Amino acid sequence: MSELVLPKIDKATINKKEYIFKNLAKIINPENVLSHADDVKPYETDALAAYTQTPLAVVMPENTEEVSNILKFCYKENIKVVPRGAGTGLSGGALPLNDAILLSLGKFNKIIEIDFENKCVVTQPGVTNLGITHAVQHKNFYYAPDPSSQLACSIGGNVAENSGGVHSLKYGTTTNNILGVEMVMMDGTVCRVGGKTLDQEGYDLMGLICGSEGLLGVITEVTVKILKNPQVVKAALIGFPTIEEGGNAASEIISSGIVPAGMEIMDKALIEATDNFSKAGYPRDAELLLIVELDGTESEVDELLKQVRTICEKNNCSSLKFSKNEKERLSFWAGRKAAFPACGAMAPDYYCMDGSIPRGKLAEALLEIKKLSEKYELPVANCFHAGDGNLHPLIMFDGGDKEQLRKTEEFGAEILKACVRLGGVITGEHGVGIEKRELMCEMFNNTDIQQQLDIKKSLDEKNLLNPGKVYPILRKCAEEGRVHVHRNEEKFPDLPRF
Amino acid sequence: MSTEMKKNSQIFQDSNNIYYPEDELQVSNLVQELYKKNQPTEIIGTGSKNFIGNRIQSAKKLSMSKLSGVIEYLPEELYIKVKANTPLELVEKELEKNNQELAFEPIDFGFIENGKSNKGTIAGHLACNFAGSRRFKVGSLRDHILGFRGVNGKGDIIKSGGTVVKNVTGYDLSKLVTGSFGTLVALTEITLKVLPKKKLSNTITIYTDDKKLVKDLFEKISGSSSEVSGAVYIPEEPKDENYDQNKEMVFKFNDLKYKGSFLALRIEGDKISIEEKLKALTIELEFSNLNTIILDVHQSIPFWKKINNLEIFKQTKNNLLRVVVPPSKGPKLMQFLGNKYKYYIDWCGSLYWIEVQSKKSSKVSDIKKLTKELGGYLTIIKTSEEYDYEETIFTVDDTRLLISEKIKKSFDPKRIFNPGKMYRGI
Repeated sequence: MSELVLPKIDKATINKKEYIFKNLAKIINPENVLSHADDVKPYETDALAAYTQTPLAVVMPENTEEVSNILKFCYKENIKVVPRGAGTGLSGGALPLNDAILLSLGKFNKIIEIDFENKCVVTQPGVTNLGITHAVQHKNFYYAPDPSSQLACSIGGNVAENSGGVHSLKYGTTTNNILGVEMVMMDGTVCRVGGKTLDQEGYDLMGLICGSEGLLGVITEVTVKILKNPQVVKAALIGFPTIEEGGNAASEIISSGIVPAGMEIMDKALIEATDNFSKAGYPRDAELLLIVELDGTESEVDELLKQVRTICEKNNCSSLKFSKNEKERLSFWAGRKAAFPACGAMAPDYYCMDGSIPRGKLAEALLEIKKLSEKYELPVANCFHAGDGNLHPLIMFDGGDKEQLRKTEEFGAEILKACVRLGGVITGEHGVGIEKRELMCEMFNNTDIQQQLDIKKSLDEKNLLNPGKVYPILRKCAEEGRVHVHRNEEKFPDLPRF
Repeated sequence: MSTEMKKNSQIFQDSNNIYYPEDELQVSNLVQELYKKNQPTEIIGTGSKNFIGNRIQSAKKLSMSKLSGVIEYLPEELYIKVKANTPLELVEKELEKNNQELAFEPIDFGFIENGKSNKGTIAGHLACNFAGSRRFKVGSLRDHILGFRGVNGKGDIIKSGGTVVKNVTGYDLSKLVTGSFGTLVALTEITLKVLPKKKLSNTITIYTDDKKLVKDLFEKISGSSSEVSGAVYIPEEPKDENYDQNKEMVFKFNDLKYKGSFLALRIEGDKISIEEKLKALTIELEFSNLNTIILDVHQSIPFWKKINNLEIFKQTKNNLLRVVVPPSKGPKLMQFLGNKYKYYIDWCGSLYWIEVQSKKSSKVSDIKKLTKELGGYLTIIKTSEEYDYEETIFTVDDTRLLISEKIKKSFDPKRIFNPGKMYRGI
């Protein structure tokens, strides 16, 4: 892994650490201040486990007032702060710094109010994404965004990253599904934005904070929208003999006016890998596999499935299967959800990329990746959220071989650059974090980045909140690593990643 | 252009001190000049929504009207990229060709202004972020913007977002500029998400005066899986000759009697799916106990257009308020409004359009006070000529105002763009 450049360590902070611990223990329950090396060890990294840093201390406040007081203290004393939710982020957004307090929101784990009348849930940020759905599913409601780590990731982290998921084409990402947030600014100011109403007046601060990767404020409460479960959900499993035909079919489905709840693509390498791993029963002769999920009323879904069949047959699909019941629908997804661990079983290490491209360029992107795979002599397996053009190529390599590691990093960066060239972006849902900082200038020029830095400066003039993330430190385009998983030792290896 | 004018500016300005830049670079050069000279400037498009917000005292005006035209429309990619001041009407016509639309139903404010359609420009809609009846189902304008280009208050050309829906690269500035009333950026290019148009629509009207029933129906509709995409309530009271005439004009359909209070809800899709949804709703909402009428597609489409375009308040000379409250708090607001105010409820019980006849601000203040207590916000969309501005046009608390001031400074440090349009100091 390349050497990571982090903000210069502030010696003054390190020198007064005993004073800092003493004061933090006055602000919150001393038991919630961790400073011993053994205690802070578990917080050294997030799910981008290749990078580790020891935090100065870990603090675990229990309410907004405590968060505000901690930030006020840190602001006054010029101490950096790194906020952290569940630590499941894939881009290193919650990576600690040696001279920073790691502010864990882990104790904010309660749902405050379930409000069926207004179709919303008011929750603390440490509650898991799936925890919200669990709290409302007895009345057939759910929370729509479904990042693959939803079992463990926190809703506060979802806000920070603007998390998406399989269903974001139809139901949007986090930013489209929250009504209000309470946040604490770096100087300790508590700000409430939105509430239980739709939209808000004035500057869309909720839109700004959502996806800001913990650089602008600390989320202490979130109000999310909940939706009624659709009447019917069905899926189709379709094999294609060539990449082009499958890619074209996916594109045509969208342009025909169908908005699928989810649409996923897997290439041959991944079909084989997942089928070996999970025995999902996928068509192994296919070059490309398409999973299309539709929801709505019974007849609406059946009608749309008919249209999907027509489009796929026109594009020479080699196999086509519709789910007959819920069990079968879930079995269609089983292999797809096993994509990451399946790759882990095939090679000592893999890199997971996360770019977005226009849907119509899917086939082009896949062919480009195939060419690059040949150039670098490294196998790659591809899965895409085809509905919204979000691709996750998985490069397989052996991290023990320094030359392979270097080639993998180059390969990864070339893929993301190709995404930008095809009209897309360098991150669809994993965030920039520390991982893709230096690639920001592939998308933005200095003026664009300066405007964003000016916003940061206006809300955190001392640059104390999560510094060193998202924006290139050296303002140059270097190639850094992606999600590096060594011998399947990914952080949270049990979480499905898709 | 005279030699003297050329000396003063690289870009043509007419005798009213209005500049007409022709492209992004000219906008940038011009703003750099304004920045150097410290000249507050009003950004204008076609002026269709100019009456919304505070009046601006500025020596200069920046007309963006020449930045118009579709740049790229890819129906299969579900987006359209336009020059910022492209007329909405033109965009809608383009989308129509591919059976697509802007799903948030932009509001045509021309009817309340002077009784005629005046849809304005894409940038104008973005500046206001007011979505129509389908909002509670599909999101607002801010949920449909994918990216933009524009010029900040220093004259720098900046961009954010892109053309893809999944994008978490950097801060989401597209959302920030949406609803900023032109106080942050002079927009030059906008990319919007578009969606397929639903084939058909039907509207079910339920006649009732029972406010408790109205609230219960809204609650059931918003919790239904039948995908209701519009739900309004039009109370009959207060009675007034002009108002009744307006209502008769708006709601004169073959199958609809405009007299009496009614709740209307819209279902969309193909024929079979509409039938299916109707069947499900008949049970869920217990239609058998209610007095209902169904409007077919030929009546349903114009019905929602008229609702959306505020035609009930056509050419109003009074103050028009836009109030948003949590739906559960609706009954308290309805109780306050009683039969003293003309109003109707949209967004399935969340959005209230209220006309206030008084010249004075005190009645507006009363409604605003209650709105805030109920956890909502109030915007004065149109003021009567005699309005005394004792009550502010927008609702903001001190903390948000402070943060907004900081953000404003980061885009427009000298307050060149639309000073005071939203709040004092911004």
